[in-house]
Amino acid sequence: MTDPTAETGTSPVSPEDPDHRSAFARMGDRRKRRIDELAEAGSLSDERGVSLWQSAWRRLRRDPVFLIGAVIILLFLIVALIAPWLAPHDPRARDLIGQVTPATPIPDPQPGYPLGGDNAGRDLLSRLIVGARQTLIVGVLATLGGLFGGLVLGTLAGGIGGWVDNIVMRVVDVMLSIPSLLMAFSIAAIFARPSQWTVILAIAIVQVPVFARLLRGSMISQRHSDHVLAARSLGVRAPAIVFRHMLPNSVGPVIVQGTLVLAVSIIDAAALSFLGLGNPDDSVPEWGQMLGRAQVFFNTYPHVAVYPALCIIVVALGFTLMGESLREALDPKSRR
Amino acid sequence: MTDRPGTSTYPSGEGEPLLSVRDLTVTFGRGAKAFRAVDAVSFDVRPGQTVGLVGESGCGKSVTSLAIMRLLPSRGNAVTGSVHFDGEDLLTLSDTQMRDRRGRDVAMIFQDPLSSLNPVVPLGVQVAEVLERHRGMNRGDAGRRAAELLDKVGIPDPTRRLKEYPHQLSGGMRQRALIAMALACEPRLLIADEPTTALDVTIQAQILALLKELVQESGTSLIMITHDLGVVAGLCDEVNVLYGGRIVERARRHDLFARPRHPYTGGLLASIPRLTEGKGRRLTPVPGSVADNIPWEGGCAFAPRCSSEIEVCRERTPELVPDHEGLGPDRLLRCHNPLESNPLDDAPSDEEVRA
Amino acid sequence: MLRFIVRRLLQAVIALFVLSVLLFAWLRSLPGGVVSALLGERGTPENAARLRAQLGLDDPLPVQYWRFLQRALQGDFGVSNGVYRGEPALDVFVQRFPATLELSLFALALALVLAIPLGYVAARRRGGMLDTGSVIFSLVGVAVPVFFLAYVLKYLFAVRWGLLPPSGRQSVGIDATHITNLYVLDGILTREWDAAWDALKHLILPAIALSSIPFAIIFRITRAAVIDVMDEDYVRTARAKGLTSSVIRVRHIMRNALIPVVTIVGLQVGALLGGAVLTEKVFAFQGIGQALAIGFERRDYPVLQVLIMFAALIYIVVNLAVDVAYALIDPRVRTK
Repeated sequence: MTDPTAETGTSPVSPEDPDHRSAFARMGDRRKRRIDELAEAGSLSDERGVSLWQSAWRRLRRDPVFLIGAVIILLFLIVALIAPWLAPHDPRARDLIGQVTPATPIPDPQPGYPLGGDNAGRDLLSRLIVGARQTLIVGVLATLGGLFGGLVLGTLAGGIGGWVDNIVMRVVDVMLSIPSLLMAFSIAAIFARPSQWTVILAIAIVQVPVFARLLRGSMISQRHSDHVLAARSLGVRAPAIVFRHMLPNSVGPVIVQGTLVLAVSIIDAAALSFLGLGNPDDSVPEWGQMLGRAQVFFNTYPHVAVYPALCIIVVALGFTLMGESLREALDPKSRR
Repeated sequence: MTDRPGTSTYPSGEGEPLLSVRDLTVTFGRGAKAFRAVDAVSFDVRPGQTVGLVGESGCGKSVTSLAIMRLLPSRGNAVTGSVHFDGEDLLTLSDTQMRDRRGRDVAMIFQDPLSSLNPVVPLGVQVAEVLERHRGMNRGDAGRRAAELLDKVGIPDPTRRLKEYPHQLSGGMRQRALIAMALACEPRLLIADEPTTALDVTIQAQILALLKELVQESGTSLIMITHDLGVVAGLCDEVNVLYGGRIVERARRHDLFARPRHPYTGGLLASIPRLTEGKGRRLTPVPGSVADNIPWEGGCAFAPRCSSEIEVCRERTPELVPDHEGLGPDRLLRCHNPLESNPLDDAPSDEEVRA
Repeated sequence: MLRFIVRRLLQAVIALFVLSVLLFAWLRSLPGGVVSALLGERGTPENAARLRAQLGLDDPLPVQYWRFLQRALQGDFGVSNGVYRGEPALDVFVQRFPATLELSLFALALALVLAIPLGYVAARRRGGMLDTGSVIFSLVGVAVPVFFLAYVLKYLFAVRWGLLPPSGRQSVGIDATHITNLYVLDGILTREWDAAWDALKHLILPAIALSSIPFAIIFRITRAAVIDVMDEDYVRTARAKGLTSSVIRVRHIMRNALIPVVTIVGLQVGALLGGAVLTEKVFAFQGIGQALAIGFERRDYPVLQVLIMFAALIYIVVNLAVDVAYALIDPRVRTK
């Protein structure tokens, strides 16, 4: 680790820290600090990079937590990929619409339709299978959007420094000081006509400050590392240093955070739908939307909500398990 | 006042031992990966005596002390042998009985005074809690006694210091505070695990002088664990040199410095800088380190680093046997080809090392 | 110490300023702008033009912002155009805040009381059944969408088994005196025990749902902190002193392990505020969360504006308080 004052979880202000003032200044917001810690922990310098990834992989291969997560996510990806061929029916076809009556709004399970239908007479199982794809798209795009925004802000702040850093980080701090779910709801509410895109945008923006802090922290911890100083002394231009020498070393923490954000994105999408801020068009099914809209039937036909909920829980758990085991494997502190 | 316990009243051999360690073995891990950090170590400590355990890091000296105190982690290791303290085997006591002994009969001070003190508890509480626990004192009495103790170990303005936190003290002051805690209940045995290693050289001397004064005054027995023969020279009556988890040589301090018999001891002595030495003499380090040691099975573990290695060293494990050529009483040695028993020109005397 | 508090206060003031700008920008970017937000369905073109002039919406932006700020400081946020039509938006907050405060405090207390001891025991028996079980439980807890958990609890305990009331804060038949509008506290203060008990029964299910995420996070932080602290030299020193296990546990392990926990609790207030929107909607619990949920559905922007602002304000103030508390708890910071 490049920073000798890197803090441990238990002694937030190391008394051995020669620069008490900076330690003191850093003890502002725990949330910010945790992001910064992750940034430092995962930053790998060139020389150690290979061995760090290798040792991480060696640990992960034998880590049951990671393996369970990886199996879940692999299955999820396969289902999402081959969904159209896997689904027994067209998820848009209202095959069972004849059985939808005011008295029985949800068609029962029956031969050929093992989970029954939804309130529009469409096959629930097919919608779940095809929904995997859209759920994956929403999660990945929201995460990538947050990452991209964070990359721009973090690179500006950490790469340039000075007053740019100051201004960018003030804004980022304020964004972090709004409860994240509430911010997602507020952003989604801006749009008169919500769609899949407004949902993705709302979730992505909430993640921007998290990624921005992460990348900035990672860059600042590297700014004085040997390989960056070497590149600078050789006259490599600043953008080249940032993109070729500093960013590649931030990959570890970004992957960890990204994996955890994927889980959050899928859950948040469900919450937005639940509040009526989600995509109103349900021709392309998505689990969060299916769950959010099933609220009316919860006390009468709970299975309509339980199936998409279970899908979300299992996939979110898979991403969380992978993210947490990655974090541990990449953290030099925990490798005793 | 006996300034040099080794030359005047040497307490060894007088009275029953206070602490009697027999075949103490600590094994970490299990099965094929099992590793003996301490291997059949036996030694005695008599009342008022100071015994040194000397060796490089990794030789098992700290594990020995933690095993005596039963402070090793409860899982992942196995301790066998016996540790008789005042006639009782500490290893067979219940956890509750052992807890009653710790801090009251047997106390310990550790290497790093900063990390060994609780950062968020005032110093006074950390001293007083031992008295409350073992002496049944109330808060007030314990606090007053704590101030006296801090004063005794040379901490100025003790009543003010009681309210302060460890980070507000200097390294030497912290170690003094730890000594005060350890000696609060006047234990009969004190174990000091590298008590000066983390300190500045000038502070080291002060702390050693303080320890020496306190144990002599109270008659406390002391086990001094160190890698520094300079510390041994100033303090110990008897010295055990450990290598690879086993005792390789035992002697009275003066004898050891005058006539080191084991090549490892000789090497340790030769690597000490001396004031009387002319300029330009190179220090002779012991080559290699304990990290690349090999087990004791089928030969001497020190052989790969040894300058007097002979053929038999690689074939047969030497036993720890009385050393009749060593000229001192109670000398033990584990070596096939010991150094000449004539005083080495190269080795410093204990007075020189202490200077 | 004083300088630290002053600096944090200053940071909070800056955060509030940026927040007000963001809020202003948010209002301006709403569909149809402030005019249609305020007019609602009465928005004929003539009405709109009159209101635009009346509100000075044709003035330059800084002037408009200044006016917005002045009115906000006077507590004038306009009038609800949703379900509370005609009510001043600020009143909606004032009336409903105690309910959310009561629910959040109860949920937080629940999370702390369960998570801290469990985290301690899990850390002490690391790798054992209880540890593994509670770690899995906490990972799943984060993966379950809060509103789904709320529905499951409501379905099982209220609808199916009828053990607890399914919705609201108080049973219809109860005629209770209200002093603080924290119903349980009111019942205790007025010695109307049946009212207190009734209010408490209404709190249990929403509080369990709301506490799921704070519980999971506090549990994991406590567990990690205790594991770290148990390896510390000072715990070995405490054992070498022969101290009783209760003194070692309380004075030497927990006093250190709780420092990171305190800081994480402040952040959980954000999760509580976001989660309250979802939970209060499920249980029709009349707090600001439910008002927000309805506001998002009905696009009641004046009400949303007030509620979001106060939610962010509460979050900032709580975290300021936590930072100060943190400095007070940790002598390494306090005595600098």
